[in-house]
Amino acid sequence: MIDQLLYYLEYPFVRYAIIVGVLIALCSSLLGVTLVLKRYSFIGDGLSHVAFGALAIASIMQVTSTTLVTMPITIIAAVILLKGGQNAKIKGDAAIAMISVASLAIGYMLMNVFSASSANVSGDVCSTLFGSTSILTLKSSEVMVCLVFSVIVIATFILFYNKIFGVTFDENFAKATGVRSGAYNLLIAIIIAVIIVLGMNLVGSLLISALIIFPALSAMRLMNNFLSVIITSAIISVIAALVGIIVSILYSTPVGSTIVCVDLAVFIICYIIDAIKTA
Amino acid sequence: MAFIKCSDLAVGYEGKAVAEGLNFEVNEGDYLCIVGENGAGKTTLMKTMLHLTKIISGTIEYGDGLKPYEIGYLPQQTITQQDFPASVEEIVMSGNLSKLGLRPFYNKAERAEAKKNMKRMDIYDLKNKSFRNLSGGQKQRVLLARALCASTKLIVLDEPVSGLDPKVTLDFYQLIKKLNDEGMTVIMVSHDIHEGLKDASHILHVTGKQLYFGEADKYPESDAYKLLTSIELKKGAKA
Ligand SMILES: Nc1ncnc2c1ncn2[C@@H]1O[C@H](COP(=O)(O)OP(=O)(O)OP(=O)(O)O)[C@@H](O)[C@H]1O
Ligand SMILES: [Mg+2]
Repeated sequence: MIDQLLYYLEYPFVRYAIIVGVLIALCSSLLGVTLVLKRYSFIGDGLSHVAFGALAIASIMQVTSTTLVTMPITIIAAVILLKGGQNAKIKGDAAIAMISVASLAIGYMLMNVFSASSANVSGDVCSTLFGSTSILTLKSSEVMVCLVFSVIVIATFILFYNKIFGVTFDENFAKATGVRSGAYNLLIAIIIAVIIVLGMNLVGSLLISALIIFPALSAMRLMNNFLSVIITSAIISVIAALVGIIVSILYSTPVGSTIVCVDLAVFIICYIIDAIKTA
Repeated sequence: MAFIKCSDLAVGYEGKAVAEGLNFEVNEGDYLCIVGENGAGKTTLMKTMLHLTKIISGTIEYGDGLKPYEIGYLPQQTITQQDFPASVEEIVMSGNLSKLGLRPFYNKAERAEAKKNMKRMDIYDLKNKSFRNLSGGQKQRVLLARALCASTKLIVLDEPVSGLDPKVTLDFYQLIKKLNDEGMTVIMVSHDIHEGLKDASHILHVTGKQLYFGEADKYPESDAYKLLTSIELKKGAKA
């Protein structure tokens, strides 16, 4: 088995795939805590559906990197959803549900209408929803884009760490002391959009929420302060991604669901540890 | 010029006032207690002074060296904070957030400020403890330390003792009195008209409109006070 793994690792595209997978997993874990605690999960879900529709458009346009199309569309949707969620008059939930379902419908329709051969459609749809069947099919242009955006997300998170903590813990307090929390909420929504588009390459649009939220929930069971929750959640996410990718290469399982299953297993373990500790 | 001067102020939501006709001022060194029944608009008034809610009509002026955002705030308990994974130190430190500006990390002075305020609130030995595992009284002291990091001039406390037992409540009042004696200006919403009012220098009684504003000494003779206590007596008779 080790031999087989080493054999695969000799190929550069396998190594790149692993690097990209790990970077995406790292990014997606960073904002999980914020997403859970700010009750922003709804934005995460809505955006992953928007990203699906955007990807359908991108694949029709036959651009070199679909990310460059899906990214701006998803970011715009993030801004709209955030504003909609804050506005009490519009029923925020209903609007998000509408945008989500509409994106799915439009995406699927576009893929059917414009697809070269109808045989490919179900395959394409499947890989958009659940991630590429194998991470090895990532194109090298995608790999570069992933790399660049991952670095941007991580750097932004570190630079704005204290502000993200402030607006996550107590937005009103931050606002009352003159912190521009509206701007930081917007920043958080934009980073979430970027993470979702990145993560779609790895696990697909239906599973991306799991990639964001599971490591955070696991870490919150074990750790007692914000910084260690973030660090633990990043470590969990990276390990789960590595294990998932390797398992998926060795046993040719679908990479996205393998990673999410590992994340789920870690969550269950953390849950049990926590239950034993408190008992 | 006062720290805060409200003239003909109406506060509320979406254009509708929940309390109006507010005319009062807070001067340096004052200890203002805001009283009134549930739903009277006390929290709304505080939020308006803190720029969290838009003014319906009238004005709020900030002066005497107080900048509009130089106010430490201890909010009425919210649910989101209850299970938040953060240490005492992290939370107190976040009181310094507005001083950061474009800087990403806290500097030495800000760390020292947080340490000083944790010691003042007697929570320094809890600094690595998780906020969610603290007792109600400890939580309030953590949030007060955070407020102190945000302002050295004025703190605003929204029902800081609700849910605390009588002894912890008295301790907390003493802590606030000590801060006030040291020169901190205090605005506090309180339901407890007996213990809560005894340290106050001024009282503002709101119930939809302003029923009383003035020195605390004269409050017991006012009609507003009689109204409040007669309600209390009736409640007492029923119970
Ligand atoms: N976000 C909001 N939007 C619309 N109306 C609100 C909002 N928050 C509060 N209200 C209403 O405004 C009124 C005043 O509420 P407020 O919270 O200021 O009362 P309060 O005096 O602080 O009461 P309590 O003693 O219970 O804390 C209430 O009738 C309440 O229902
Ligand atoms: Mg209130």
